[in-house]
Amino acid sequence: MYEKILLKNLETPGCHDIGTYEARGGYKALATVLKDYSPGDLIELVKRSNLRGRGGAGFPTGVKWGFVPKDTDKPIYLCCNSDEGEPGTFKDRALMEKDPHVMIEGMLIAAYAIGSEISYNYIRGEYTLSIERVETALHQAYERGFLGKNILGSDFSHDMYVHRGAGAYICGEETALLESIEGRRAQPKLKPPFPAVAGLYECPTIINNTETFAYLPHIVERGAEWFRGIGPEGSPGPKLYCLSGQVKKPGLYEFPMGISLREMVEEHAGGTHSGKVKAVIPGGVSAPLIPECDLDVGMDFDSLAAAGSMLGSAGVIVLDDTACVVRVATRIMEFFNLESCGKCTPCREGNDWAAKVLRRLEAGNGRREDLDQLEFLCDSIFGTSFCALGDAAAWSLGAALKHFREEFERHIDEGKCPFH
Amino acid sequence: MDGDLKERIEAIMGRYPTRRSAIMPALCLAQECGELLRGEILKDIADLLEVPEIWVYEVTSFYSMLYSEPVGKFHIQLCTNVSCLLSRSTPLLEHLKQRLQIGEGGTTADGLYTLTTVECLGSCDTAPVLMVNEVYHENMSEQRIDTLLDQLTPQPAA
Repeated sequence: MYEKILLKNLETPGCHDIGTYEARGGYKALATVLKDYSPGDLIELVKRSNLRGRGGAGFPTGVKWGFVPKDTDKPIYLCCNSDEGEPGTFKDRALMEKDPHVMIEGMLIAAYAIGSEISYNYIRGEYTLSIERVETALHQAYERGFLGKNILGSDFSHDMYVHRGAGAYICGEETALLESIEGRRAQPKLKPPFPAVAGLYECPTIINNTETFAYLPHIVERGAEWFRGIGPEGSPGPKLYCLSGQVKKPGLYEFPMGISLREMVEEHAGGTHSGKVKAVIPGGVSAPLIPECDLDVGMDFDSLAAAGSMLGSAGVIVLDDTACVVRVATRIMEFFNLESCGKCTPCREGNDWAAKVLRRLEAGNGRREDLDQLEFLCDSIFGTSFCALGDAAAWSLGAALKHFREEFERHIDEGKCPFH
Repeated sequence: MDGDLKERIEAIMGRYPTRRSAIMPALCLAQECGELLRGEILKDIADLLEVPEIWVYEVTSFYSMLYSEPVGKFHIQLCTNVSCLLSRSTPLLEHLKQRLQIGEGGTTADGLYTLTTVECLGSCDTAPVLMVNEVYHENMSEQRIDTLLDQLTPQPAA
């Protein structure tokens, strides 16, 4: 039986309070780190664990930390990306509402490793309860001496603040997030330079996801080998999965990385309402959908990449056989069109164009040449913008066209949506 | 600018090494205090932070939760993204329009209700979801919307 690591604590009543957190051993990992680890040792530990970023890209956390220049005389910043806006995703919200201290402790461990004295937690504006809980948790952590000057009597000092978002999906992109904290419109910047070298206020900056931070106290306490022993070697560890859509038991689940998508949907989530699965979006709407015949894929970074999709934010949206793929693809394109920051022409104009064609198709007024037009647009948007938003839009639409071309053609041939 | 708002903005300025970073939090605070984000208040914030007014304006016009047009006392925001779409948010939108007799983006003549559709609210396991101002309402149905609207409607004075 798999032992839940993050969800176990989320299920404890009142666990957002520091008393409950400390009673279960909270902040002990921080004390261990300050007593027994040099920053270099800590980076090595996280590298050995092979913890990969849970925000979507899956970059190895310890390797990212190692990119911070050792000889800098500038302040080093740490940011927590809690701008959870990827449709289908609600894991970071659950962590912040129910177990904010594990994220804070993880951030402190990371801050010590990279030599940062100040951090910002960027929380999306809609998450009022998360903001309230994290603010209270920060206040409690200051009172108990886990934040502020000379933490637990060490030489390490750190201040942590919440930066509230105000409604823009693009802020989840790390360079846009930094622009937003700097008080600008959140438009992504070209990399390099990478934030680890020149990020917030042109200073070295590390940005990790909420869930990524939450594993750090556990890795310190149980060791890198323990973490690496869970799930596949290439992308190990426990993982939160957000199940929604047309399943009988939607909710937040935790499994070892690499669990099969079929097992997750058919056994744990109770299967679909209609009894049949048509397709699954495995990692938020940025991730290309997977048709039923490929459901045996493992839910980890490498297996999903090999299957032509991605783990992304692990927002698993299930479509049963009553769902219209054209309608879902239209809604996804409308989303990317609305949330495009407008900086790069292919993304700004291409998504708008594709959304218009898709709306026409869904309404039953499509033409044969529309499908070629959509494929042309996917090709033109992909790889031609500063950030991954345009790529995600093109990739996601491309997969719908590839796996469900017949559904698009039926809309054209029948002059109406066959499902509505 | 109200003295209390000024104090609250000044209190958060110290969190950042630049004054420009305080623009977004300042706008959020101003909105919390009931300010509509246009005209004089933008200039007041710019003056207080000693930044050009255009910097304040460009932030205001970028983020969807910063309002420069009036919204009703109860701002109903229905999620219509994929998980909610698959959980019947479309008929709920029609129901809301009919009950309130307004279109998407509209405000009732008495200024009580504004109806907008929004992107994912991060509550997909309890879809369909809507927010009234800052409060989430989950697992919505036509019936639950009716109950909710009845509760929101202010009772006439006795």
